[in-house]
Amino acid sequence: MALFDKYAALAAQYRQLEEAGANPFNVQFGDVLSPTEAMLAGRKTLLLGTNNYLGLTYDPAVLAAAAAATSTSGSGTTGSRIANGSYGGHGRLEADLADFYGRKHGMVFSTGYQANLGIISALAGKGDHLLLDADSHASIYDASRLGYAQVTRFRHNSPEDLANRLRRLADEPGDKVVIVEGIYSMLGDTAPLKEFAAVKREYGAYLVVDEAHSLGVLGATGRGLAEQAGVEADCDFIVGTFSKSLAGVGGFAVTDMAGAEVLRVVSRPYMFTASLPPANIAATQAALHELRTRPDLRHRLNANALRLYRGLERLGFELGPEPSPVVSAIMPSPEAAFGLWAALLKAGLYTNVSLPPATPRGLALLRSSVSAAHSPAQIDHAIALFAEAGSSLGLLKSEMAAAK
Amino acid sequence: MSDQASEIREVIFGTLQAALPQARPLSDETHIIEDLGLDSVAVMDFVMEIEDKLDISVPLDKIAEVETLGDLVATVQRLKQAA
Ligand SMILES: Cc1ncc(COP(=O)(O)O)c(C=O)c1O
Repeated sequence: MALFDKYAALAAQYRQLEEAGANPFNVQFGDVLSPTEAMLAGRKTLLLGTNNYLGLTYDPAVLAAAAAATSTSGSGTTGSRIANGSYGGHGRLEADLADFYGRKHGMVFSTGYQANLGIISALAGKGDHLLLDADSHASIYDASRLGYAQVTRFRHNSPEDLANRLRRLADEPGDKVVIVEGIYSMLGDTAPLKEFAAVKREYGAYLVVDEAHSLGVLGATGRGLAEQAGVEADCDFIVGTFSKSLAGVGGFAVTDMAGAEVLRVVSRPYMFTASLPPANIAATQAALHELRTRPDLRHRLNANALRLYRGLERLGFELGPEPSPVVSAIMPSPEAAFGLWAALLKAGLYTNVSLPPATPRGLALLRSSVSAAHSPAQIDHAIALFAEAGSSLGLLKSEMAAAK
Repeated sequence: MSDQASEIREVIFGTLQAALPQARPLSDETHIIEDLGLDSVAVMDFVMEIEDKLDISVPLDKIAEVETLGDLVATVQRLKQAA
């Protein structure tokens, strides 16, 4: 009992959600019907919180590739690549990723979380400096604790603040490695990457961009924010995940830096975990092919994102600063977020709740994410459900102002 | 106590009061997380303000070692002297 005493406050909150019968942190899907619909508590539910950006989880080519790879290469790799060997698929996927990004090296990890752990902890060693955007994803914070570099946080999306902190560190020895994200997962905002790249050049730092939420979403060919901002040459490493636009699981890094192969024998999260199974590798390779050859998916996704953003904005919800496939409504309190979440679910719409410290500035968020697979009618239906639930809970801006 | 230490204490206590939702009595013995109910991100945000006011860099591992406001004053003082 005493072992968990330190979590007493959190445990009490969790129990309360369970007792209320609406716990956003313990959702059990029944059958998943498509990228946009699943059974939840026996009811067909519209999915608006899955990060399934391109909707490729049921794509016939992706499913066929996974099935074929399982038949020919088996269900699992039963080991790590350095200890137990790589399968052909690992190298082929790495080559495809490198080709897609126009870089020399590609490296695959078992999750996106581990890709951040593996790259960041290996790039910044003892005596080096890591500089993280304050709103970085948990995997980036955890990466900073796995390595031995000194860690400095800079104000979210502020190139001036990064410059200021690099200036303070200018006389200290060691490499300076800066980490930013393409699209931030909580509020859906993008980094001012052009300005960050200029600061990085001025101070001779290295730049790593996590495109977890922007791969397949931004850029003329879907490579992400670095492509859209025209600063790919300044981004020394791109890190990403297979678990969102690529509809699988896994992570990757690409780079042009000479000697990057050494990471395979120094990056602990690469070395000491089992490699991805053949089905997952083949499915990801097929999904990447779809991403590259079907730009219409990206266009549909972004049209859906704009439709949802404008719709919720019109209702009077306070949203993140710019339209993106992540659309978060800022709630006045965690209780309000739980209330709206439960009301939407009851009406047949699945979304997410995000709370501090996972969110910036102590914000409670009702978070949605859209997919290319959503029809405009599904998005409109979701907006109508937000209107109903938001109005009955007094969460629409006009009503909150009236209540004051 | 040196002038610098009391100046640093003033900056830290002042910044913290401004960041708290309501005024609280603060002392060197105040536990930043348990007594003030700040979460890990709120603590990092508050230290960021102090970094800017004193023009120093406080690495995250140093923040993790801090428990009380007195610890924080001592840590910041050491960093300020080294700067
Ligand atoms: C910015 C960012 N980086 C990394 C990850 C980790 O990716 P994965 O869930 O594939 O491990 C996520 C999402 O979970 C993320 O939002």
